[in-house]
Amino acid sequence: MDPRDAMDRRDLAWYVDRVAQALVFVGGISAIIFILGIFVFVTKEGLDFVLGSLNLGEFFTSIAWRPTSNNPTYGALALMVGTASVTGFAMLFSVPLSLGAALYIGEFATGKTREALKILVEMLAAIPSVVWGFVGMSIMNPLIIETFDVPVGLGVLNAGLILGLMAAPIMTTIAEDALKAVPDTYREAAEALGATRWEVILKVVIPASKNGLLAAVLLGVGRGFGETMAVLMASGHAINLPTSPFDSVRALTATIAAELGDTVYGSSHYGALFTLGIFLFLVTFIVNLTADVVVRGIRKK
Amino acid sequence: MVDGLPASATAGVLAAATTAGGVASPLYGEPPIIEVRDLTISYDGQPALRDISLDIFRHEIFGIIGPANSGKTSFLRTLNRMDGFNPGMDVRGSIRLNGKDINDWRNVYALRSRIGVVFPLPVGLPLTVYDNVAFSPRLRGIRRKADLDEVVERCLTRAALWDEVKDRLDSLGSLLSGGQQQRLTIARALSQEPELLLLDEFSIAVDPVTTMRIEDVLRELRSELTIVLVTNLVQQARRLADRTAFFLMGEMVDIGATEDLFEGRVRDERTTGYIEGRFG
Repeated sequence: MDPRDAMDRRDLAWYVDRVAQALVFVGGISAIIFILGIFVFVTKEGLDFVLGSLNLGEFFTSIAWRPTSNNPTYGALALMVGTASVTGFAMLFSVPLSLGAALYIGEFATGKTREALKILVEMLAAIPSVVWGFVGMSIMNPLIIETFDVPVGLGVLNAGLILGLMAAPIMTTIAEDALKAVPDTYREAAEALGATRWEVILKVVIPASKNGLLAAVLLGVGRGFGETMAVLMASGHAINLPTSPFDSVRALTATIAAELGDTVYGSSHYGALFTLGIFLFLVTFIVNLTADVVVRGIRKK
Repeated sequence: MVDGLPASATAGVLAAATTAGGVASPLYGEPPIIEVRDLTISYDGQPALRDISLDIFRHEIFGIIGPANSGKTSFLRTLNRMDGFNPGMDVRGSIRLNGKDINDWRNVYALRSRIGVVFPLPVGLPLTVYDNVAFSPRLRGIRRKADLDEVVERCLTRAALWDEVKDRLDSLGSLLSGGQQQRLTIARALSQEPELLLLDEFSIAVDPVTTMRIEDVLRELRSELTIVLVTNLVQQARRLADRTAFFLMGEMVDIGATEDLFEGRVRDERTTGYIEGRFG
């Protein structure tokens, strides 16, 4: 046989390679298709309303969200502030908490302690959000009322704490992965130079893992933004511009979840809720894009 | 009597001839900088090094040769207490630095800051060339830019790297070539102003020309500090070391003046066998 024939032969490995490539391609492209599909669907449902009856000025500046009134108004400012305040409050205490936990698990804990903590944190991440909402209503609520002597315990503080606790496990896990990705040789080299454990963490480990740590925080922000059920249950769900942490608020996501079932398909209320969806989608998109740009910027430098 | 001193020292000649540039030869007449007694190291119960006792004197280059897995690196790591990195590592016996047991140093970081280490593969911290060298001075509290500039230039010059990197001090250390990175780690070790420099097979990832340049640097550095050189290149020990120890499977088989070992004046035939390349 001419040995050159071997170069043209389609053997089993050749076919397996082709099939594997095709499967991987389909897997990769389908993620993009699904995301685009969701975006197209959400936009399509809300587009008529956005182009037709939406008053953009009212949407962004008014707190009057009265979709069921005879003369409906769609001011979403209170909902945006509600989401932002709850998410902000959640991040305020869960970012330091998570980074601290990640540093302890990744840099200080050893052996069994470390393994046990990792498993516990991952178990925390698996608690369903309705259970967290239940905790907010039945445990945090009376606790806040009693501790701070306020009439209602459902509000920014309650929802923020619950949301922070919910976001903490995923942030801790991602941050710890980022710390683990820093090679031990860096730590050894820095310690050999006489740096203390803390100096090594501050001057070598954290700078080397800042991309991953930033990703962890942004993932937490995304989690907070998108969380619905727990926020619905713990925030009080009252349309209100909060002036203190004890005020009740209503979140964008909770509004969609609570009201969508009662709307008529194609009505302006229905369209308004999808407009909220478009808004959420855009904000998340911008947050992710910014994160990506920031991360790339850091990497380039 | 301490093991393995060169004939000149054992004859009672205090080899303390000083020149304008510093100390020209090892100070065998003075108390050793490092005294190791009955050192035994094991990993999870498996012994890696057994009953090592030796002294290292100021301003000498002390070579350690031996095949892989003979305990050379374990020995080095215990000198600056890097054993803390490995929970399974058990160290028995005593090591004294300047007469004080290193386990009695409460501040292990202060101990390490006096000992420079160069690893087999260059470990550039994820920092710029400048920041790599300025890392240790900053830890010591040097803040003024002019002072740092001075230290960085001096250490890079000492490590024969300044001319090659002076225009790219702000680029990442990891972008340098392998040989340059290794000289960078030497510069970084020198920035600690150490009294003791530990080198662990520094030439593994370095080309022969750069290796020769680094060896020249080490010869000059001997006038300022004490060097422990672990090497898998027998001829490198011959070129550099004043005294050499031969480690084999966790035992110190031989120790002596380098010229004695290489000229066959050994205690154990295995030393000659290893030096001549018959095994290992």
